[in-house]
Amino acid sequence: MKKTIRIATLLSLVALPAMAQVASEHPGATSSAGMPQLDFGNPWTIAQVVWMLIIFGALYYVMARYALPQVEGVLAARRARIEGDLETAQAAKQRADAAMAEHQAATARARAEAQAAINAATQKAQAEAATRAEALNAKLAAQIAAAETQIATARDNAMGALRQVATDTADALVTRLIGQGDSAGVAAAVDRELAARGQA
Amino acid sequence: MAAEGKAIDALSQFELVPFMGALGESVRFSQSNAHMLLAFGLIAALMIWGTAKRAIIPGRLQALAESGYEFVHGIVEGQVGTEGKRYFPFVFSIFMFVLFGNMLGLLPYAFTFTSHIAVTFALAALVFVVVTVVALAIHGTHFFSYFFPEGAPKALAPLIIPIEIISYLSRPISLSVRLFANMVAGHVMLKVFGTFVVMIGSAAGVLGLIGAVLPMAMNVALVGFEILVAFLQAYVFAILTSIYLHDAVHLH
Repeated sequence: MKKTIRIATLLSLVALPAMAQVASEHPGATSSAGMPQLDFGNPWTIAQVVWMLIIFGALYYVMARYALPQVEGVLAARRARIEGDLETAQAAKQRADAAMAEHQAATARARAEAQAAINAATQKAQAEAATRAEALNAKLAAQIAAAETQIATARDNAMGALRQVATDTADALVTRLIGQGDSAGVAAAVDRELAARGQA
Repeated sequence: MAAEGKAIDALSQFELVPFMGALGESVRFSQSNAHMLLAFGLIAALMIWGTAKRAIIPGRLQALAESGYEFVHGIVEGQVGTEGKRYFPFVFSIFMFVLFGNMLGLLPYAFTFTSHIAVTFALAALVFVVVTVVALAIHGTHFFSYFFPEGAPKALAPLIIPIEIISYLSRPISLSVRLFANMVAGHVMLKVFGTFVVMIGSAAGVLGLIGAVLPMAMNVALVGFEILVAFLQAYVFAILTSIYLHDAVHLH
């Protein structure tokens, strides 16, 4: 497409000076026949170039001396700013990571401490319970022993009384039956009988 | 001015006239030079005033100035390499001057100073002189080895050397004629179709008005195309300057 347009423009370039020649019945102050650009005899054409060199020189000076260093400064400042921001972000991330690690360590430490405290409390409670139970057992054992002694004493007492009652009753019965008492014989018989029953 | 009689006057738009009457006449300052001065003012304003705030987050004008800077900087660095930094202001000035010359010429009533072969040739000759001076300053007489590529058979020297010299000398011609022809062609076409609009529109009543729509539509499309050409030719001028500078700095 560009090529066809270029060809068309070239054709028009060739054709148009001819048309313009017809049109230039009112030649301007400077134009002869044909393209004004090709009229190098025209002093204005040369003057145009001289002025252009002056203006372009000024443009080059202003660009090289003021404009481009300023733009470069702006771009450099932005680059530095972006790099600085990235570094700051990096540092902040490292700080955050460190804080996170510290936090995790603190949590682990706290958990371990709590576990230890729980263990200690449990052991202490268990030991306390054990000693209390032991004391209670000892007390109960002492009470049982005392009670047993008491019972034994009471039984012995009761047994002693039983021998007396049995001797007296047997003596009285003998006396009633045969008219005379044999206290010594009865006592011996009772003793024998009691011994035979294992109650002495 | 548009149509005198039956003929189409497409070339009077390129005539130089004094700027501001007698004042311009006295120093031969034409409307063409006035447009150059306007381009200079606009470029300087864009680059200096546009970036004056030195904002980290640029506004529209600063973004435009910065993208212009980075665009040309990319061309120079891509073609010449890091040594090209010294020549960057020159290429930037050339690019902006041609671009603004082309673009300003598209405004109604404006003059296109890049449509003058004298102007484009002077710019191309400036590029040629700068490139040659740079090459001589860097390489001294060794620069002349540029005209005979290393490794070419010695027997072909009588053929190769004249060809290389002609090709070197024709650079400013091709550089200037390309820009000149593109701008002239575009403006002649605009003028021709613009004249058609007036001629057809004023010729045959209602039918003429309807018929005038066609060249009018053509002109609308052409203006868009000319904006592309205006940018493209400035780009071509800048990139060819950079390529020549590359040759001057590196010799092939």
